[in-house]
Amino acid sequence: MSAHPQLRRRAEAAAARLPALLARADTLANTVLLGEHGRRRSGLGDDFWQYRPVQPGDSYRMIDWRRSAKSDAQFVRQKEWQIAQSVALWIDDAASMRYASHKDLPTKADRARLLALAISILLIRAGERVGLTGPTLPPRRGDGQIWRLTEALMQDGATDYGVPEARALIPRSRALFISDFLGDFDAFEFALAKAADRGVRGVILQVLDPSEAEFPFRGRTIFESMGAEVFHETRKANELKDRYQSRLQDRQRQLRALARATGWQYHWHHTDAPVQSALLWLYRAMERGH
Amino acid sequence: MLGLPLAFSAPWVLTALIALPILWFLLRAVPPAPIRKRFPGVVLLLGLQDDESTMDRTPWWLLLMRMLLIAAVIIGFSGPVLQPDGAAPSGRPLLVVMDGDWAAGPGWARDRAAIEDALAEAERTGRTAAMLRLTAPEPAQFLPAGVWVRRVAEFAPLPWTPSETGIATAISALPDDDFDTLWVSSGLAYVGRTDMLAALEARGQVAVLQRAAPLLALDDVSLADGVLTLSTQKLGPGAAAQTVSVIGEDPNGAEVALAQAEVQWGAARAEQSEVQFALPAEMRGRISHFRIDGVSSAGARFMTDDRIRRREVALVEVRGDREGLELLSPTHFLRQALVESAEVIDGAIPDIIPANPDVIILADVAALAPSEEARLLEWTENGGLLLRFAGPQMAASDLSRAEENPLMPVRLRAGGRTVGGAMSWGEPKALAPFSPQGPFAGLKVPDDVRVTAQVLAQPDPNLADRVLAELNDGTPLVTRKPVGAGQVVLFHVTANAEWSGLPLSGLFVQMLDRLAVLSAGSADAAEIMAGTIWTPIEVLDGLGRIQDGQTLTGVEGAALLSAPLSAALRPGVYRDGGKTAARNVLRKGEKITLFDWPAHVAISEGAAATAKELKPYFLSLALVLLLADTLAALILAGRLSNWRTALIAFALVAAPSPGDAQATGTLPGTDEIALAYVLTGNAALDDLSYAGLYGLSDMLYMRTSVEPVNPVGVDLAQDELAFYPFLYWPISPDQSLPSDTAYEKLNDYLRSGGLILFDTRDADVAELGASSPNGRKLQAIARALDIPALEPVPGDHVLTRTFYLLQDFPGRYAGRGVWVEAAPPDAEQIEGMPFRNLNDGVTPVVIGGNDWAAAWATDTRGTHLYPVGRGSTGARQRELAYRFGINLIMHVLTGNYKSDQVHVPALLDRLGQ
Repeated sequence: MSAHPQLRRRAEAAAARLPALLARADTLANTVLLGEHGRRRSGLGDDFWQYRPVQPGDSYRMIDWRRSAKSDAQFVRQKEWQIAQSVALWIDDAASMRYASHKDLPTKADRARLLALAISILLIRAGERVGLTGPTLPPRRGDGQIWRLTEALMQDGATDYGVPEARALIPRSRALFISDFLGDFDAFEFALAKAADRGVRGVILQVLDPSEAEFPFRGRTIFESMGAEVFHETRKANELKDRYQSRLQDRQRQLRALARATGWQYHWHHTDAPVQSALLWLYRAMERGH
Repeated sequence: MLGLPLAFSAPWVLTALIALPILWFLLRAVPPAPIRKRFPGVVLLLGLQDDESTMDRTPWWLLLMRMLLIAAVIIGFSGPVLQPDGAAPSGRPLLVVMDGDWAAGPGWARDRAAIEDALAEAERTGRTAAMLRLTAPEPAQFLPAGVWVRRVAEFAPLPWTPSETGIATAISALPDDDFDTLWVSSGLAYVGRTDMLAALEARGQVAVLQRAAPLLALDDVSLADGVLTLSTQKLGPGAAAQTVSVIGEDPNGAEVALAQAEVQWGAARAEQSEVQFALPAEMRGRISHFRIDGVSSAGARFMTDDRIRRREVALVEVRGDREGLELLSPTHFLRQALVESAEVIDGAIPDIIPANPDVIILADVAALAPSEEARLLEWTENGGLLLRFAGPQMAASDLSRAEENPLMPVRLRAGGRTVGGAMSWGEPKALAPFSPQGPFAGLKVPDDVRVTAQVLAQPDPNLADRVLAELNDGTPLVTRKPVGAGQVVLFHVTANAEWSGLPLSGLFVQMLDRLAVLSAGSADAAEIMAGTIWTPIEVLDGLGRIQDGQTLTGVEGAALLSAPLSAALRPGVYRDGGKTAARNVLRKGEKITLFDWPAHVAISEGAAATAKELKPYFLSLALVLLLADTLAALILAGRLSNWRTALIAFALVAAPSPGDAQATGTLPGTDEIALAYVLTGNAALDDLSYAGLYGLSDMLYMRTSVEPVNPVGVDLAQDELAFYPFLYWPISPDQSLPSDTAYEKLNDYLRSGGLILFDTRDADVAELGASSPNGRKLQAIARALDIPALEPVPGDHVLTRTFYLLQDFPGRYAGRGVWVEAAPPDAEQIEGMPFRNLNDGVTPVVIGGNDWAAAWATDTRGTHLYPVGRGSTGARQRELAYRFGINLIMHVLTGNYKSDQVHVPALLDRLGQ
């Protein structure tokens, strides 16, 4: 009783968030679906897509004799592209993501989860298989996977800064990394290189709090990381602003360079910006991946 | 000092100023404290160095402010004093002489401040001092002046004047050494003041402090013709105007001002003024005293007694067997008019005259025995008021026919007359307006009062003088004749509505009032008072405040009338049997005069410039600087990021409103269930209660779906009880009784479904009852509680089966007596049912002495804190104690739910059809 007097209440509150996040993600996903029309292209699949005249290079096996017999020309029967791609997500769950500079702003983790879930919904509806990097939740399709993803995304990590999980990536699949990328850069580089070695391409989205971009601090301050493992003391914080921002730009430049080198795409998003724009960019970036 | 009239009471403290430069360097070296901020971007900051030029030292203006702050504190504590007049003190001891009489009351607050200033001054200059109050003289005792400063309040004015003997003892007790005198005078002249002055002047300088405001006093109240006349005195130069209030109880029993009037006094040195109050007799009966508003003096309050209060009125009527004809009774309307405001006595004349009533009313009594007539005459001559009413019997008799009866104001014609009847001419007669000189002057005559019959007066030469009221045809209606010190009044109509409508009208009561039937001042005769002992009920103190006098000794009647006031005879209200008498500061006709000081005595009005302490100013300055420093430090540290928060913070710091404390008090336990216990003020007992309820809460959490949060201690005086369904109240002999408001709350709580478990915790030594101190305490506490009839828990009480099946309710002790609300007497066991059909609802109290909390008590790790029994029986007993607790909480939360199951067979039966 007394050790956890509010346990039931808290559990209910936490459980209540799950559908809420899902609902938000769903709503968000719908805003994108309205403007897009699925994947209309030929490829491997079961459903009929179109007949096209035979072109040089087509083997005889590809000619659809039944259609060709109705006319003088030969036609090739094409089916709609139905090969499902696998998409692996890595959403940073470290303590640094649970930061919001103002009570009206969502935490970075909240924004990252929302975006991840929304894009997952879009992808799964488009027939893709979505999962998490690492062995915990391999990519699967279907609505049930949305629930499993939601549940997995709600977990909070214990570390101060996130390290990307690049194990168990399916070769030549796609990946989405969302983080603040403030942690050890070498680890990112290593993970991305490892992914690129397997032919995985994908998208890096850096989510930042506005205060992390602006650095609006003044006076004598001791800055602590969210886990209080790292701290820095300054006598006059406002003096540090320029140098901090140049370091942040360096980090972003490095990320962009790394992305270019590995064939990934990079973008940043601030938590005070509209979430739709980020999702739209994400969606198109995922589309372009092919 | 330094050319300024400045002195320090503790100059050595100033040496601390030397430390200021050291402080300067220390403060300069220490930068403002940093704030800690969570910021994930910190990794990007690692390794960045601050510029050397950035600020790491406190700015000079902040340093200067802090220096000023410290300096202000040091100077403040060194006790700076500003002395505008450099008058050299004589160095001799100081004697403060106070008249201390009632006239000093209004100026006491100012006098007191002046005396304290003088004593403080004497203390600074190292003089000893003594105080002497002439109304209660004690030998002067010269002590360090600081001792007296704290005792000035003991020398408040007393409600009498200094007596001659008192002055003589004071003079003889004066020390022989030289001293200076400060005489705080009320200005009143009394015997011995000149002697005292001479004695004091022989020993040193005498300075007199006397306020210039005029002295106001009330000296008498008289009642004439229903109007209260209050006479007042004013002494001293200057005109004055004050409100005089008549204080008494309103119909609800609260003390209010029944009437108020403005009194003006002229500018002459001694002025008298009168003010009149015309109050209905009923209201007059409620007056407790008169007061000059805003003057705190025993002389400005006038206590009243029987003289303006209820009077004894005897009703005498003809005996007749007019059974049941209540409204036709000659005295019915009289009784109705009198009963509100007077004491009514019934009886025959021989019986009532010894009671010496103020008024005797004869309603249509014609024939009196000669002896009765003689005694009645004697009584009237001694000041009685004999009021007679006419009637058929009087009209038919020969009373006062041929010659005037001594007990009749006029001679009567035979037979009377009837007007406006079936067998007579004319219209019924109305009343003529009252003459402006008579006692009824100013009363309004209602139009609807008609007289149809009357007895007629013979037109004698003296008739015109005796008529008080007449009809509009000039025939007398009311006549009056003085008899000795008293008077005889005759109404020429009946006292009932038979002959006229007069008794039915409001005018009748007003006329009786004017005739002083309802109240009048009968002089306090000395012989009545002789030999009686009067006990004080309420007495006045020197400031005119009313105090309980029941603890004082009684006073002889003669002394009450004439002896001067003293400690043994205080002004106030005294009682002897049913009579009350008031003694006031001034007796009727007593004149007071002002004392004329000889020309050589210097008189000041107390506004003398005294030394001014600067300590508070310096400390306030330090406080303001501290506030500014705090704000500046916050701003420098970047904690107040914008000016708006700074402004809000400043407003909060600068103007803390009393509501702040209220707003922060949240109400815990409003969204979760919490078991509560009453805070008894005994810390060990409160801890036990907490631990006990903690253990029980744990057990509930484990075993049931009730999941309480931590127990809550409830302060009955302040906390809201409505949030707690269950209250554990351990009894200890030393806890205090709840206040009245707390009792109100508790009764509300019990009535609205709360349950209190009273635990006397002494079942090992005593049965429930008054046999132990805890039991007696419980009785005292529960006396004011709304507790229904109780009975020991019956075997089929719902408490025995709300969760567990129980028959015993042991705690740490396994006593027998656990009491709950009694079942209704008509509860019966239905055939075939295991239980009786019992009352609804929850028993509001459970009373026992088994010390349950001790059996339940655990610490946060679940370890039991108190041993229960021995071995496995002990463990069983503790288990049963927990089961009782669980049953009890279930009973509180589910009420008679388990009791309802007795209906199950009936319901099943019905469904089975």
